[in-house]
Amino acid sequence: MPLLAIAVLAAGTYAFRLAGPLLRDRVEVPGRLRRLLPAATAVLLTALAVTAALTEDGGFAGWARPAGVLAAGVLALRRAPFPVVVVAATAVTAALRLCGVP
Amino acid sequence: MRSLWRTIGRGTLRDIALVCLADALVGASFGAIAVSGGLPPWAPVAMSLLVFAGGAQFAALGVVLAGGDPLAAVASGLVLNARLLPFGFAVADALGGRLATRLPGAHLITDEVVAFVLARHGTRARRVTFWTCGLALFASWNLAVAGGALAGGAVGDVAALGLDAAFPAVLLALALPALRERVTRRAALYGTAAALAATPFLPAGLPVLLSLGGLAVPGSRPAAGRRGPGARPE
Repeated sequence: MPLLAIAVLAAGTYAFRLAGPLLRDRVEVPGRLRRLLPAATAVLLTALAVTAALTEDGGFAGWARPAGVLAAGVLALRRAPFPVVVVAATAVTAALRLCGVP
Repeated sequence: MRSLWRTIGRGTLRDIALVCLADALVGASFGAIAVSGGLPPWAPVAMSLLVFAGGAQFAALGVVLAGGDPLAAVASGLVLNARLLPFGFAVADALGGRLATRLPGAHLITDEVVAFVLARHGTRARRVTFWTCGLALFASWNLAVAGGALAGGAVGDVAALGLDAAFPAVLLALALPALRERVTRRAALYGTAAALAATPFLPAGLPVLLSLGGLAVPGSRPAAGRRGPGARPE
């Protein structure tokens, strides 16, 4: 990863972040859009979580990783603390790979 | 410290600490995966300090490690980070009014911070929550990435440790509370299905943005006037 690529990604990301705080006083976000934001956030996070769990390089990532993420999801539903959720995901995935599951 | 305790509340402070710890585990896995994939240790460290967005970092790293073009890595990271634009509007009031606080504050906007701030009401509570959570996450994430990058060479096979499951797990845990609402859950279901179906055909990063289409499916759009988190103007 060349430094230039990191710099471009960083600059673009900062621009996305800064637009809201800078323009908020001048641009009025419509109420409808504002009400959609929490739902849109949840949709994006879910899609990112599921695609990151199931896919790699545009193909299936194997069973071990989604199984670990599923275990984490069950623990999160039972309101387990965040670190427990993360450790469970890696532990289940590692255990399955140890048993030969890809 | 006591006033911080009172403004944020003990429960939220504990939640912030736990999210920091969880993100530290994810950050360590990011550093280790990058270095064991052949990148020099400074690359994941510089990326984490300057980009500071786990999703985009993992997406860009995935493209690079798969032998993809750096331009494609940048593009997929930027597409993924486009969600920070609406996030910025959603939490803008929590950064403070002065330019001197908005400029550095903007860099601290992440999924986690937005989730915490949207759950708070009242300008002061939102402001204190934003800065506490943002600074704590920035410190723990970057220290952990550096630690992971240093250890990465020694760890060897990161896949055997299941480290790649840490990132999706923390994202799912962040999304689940909002999914308790039926309408949001339905939108997420449709959107995620669309993203999965598109993954083999579209460049990395785009399928996730496609998931927003789930909000357009009838019956999955939050009703007007619903008072969800963030629905109140101030």
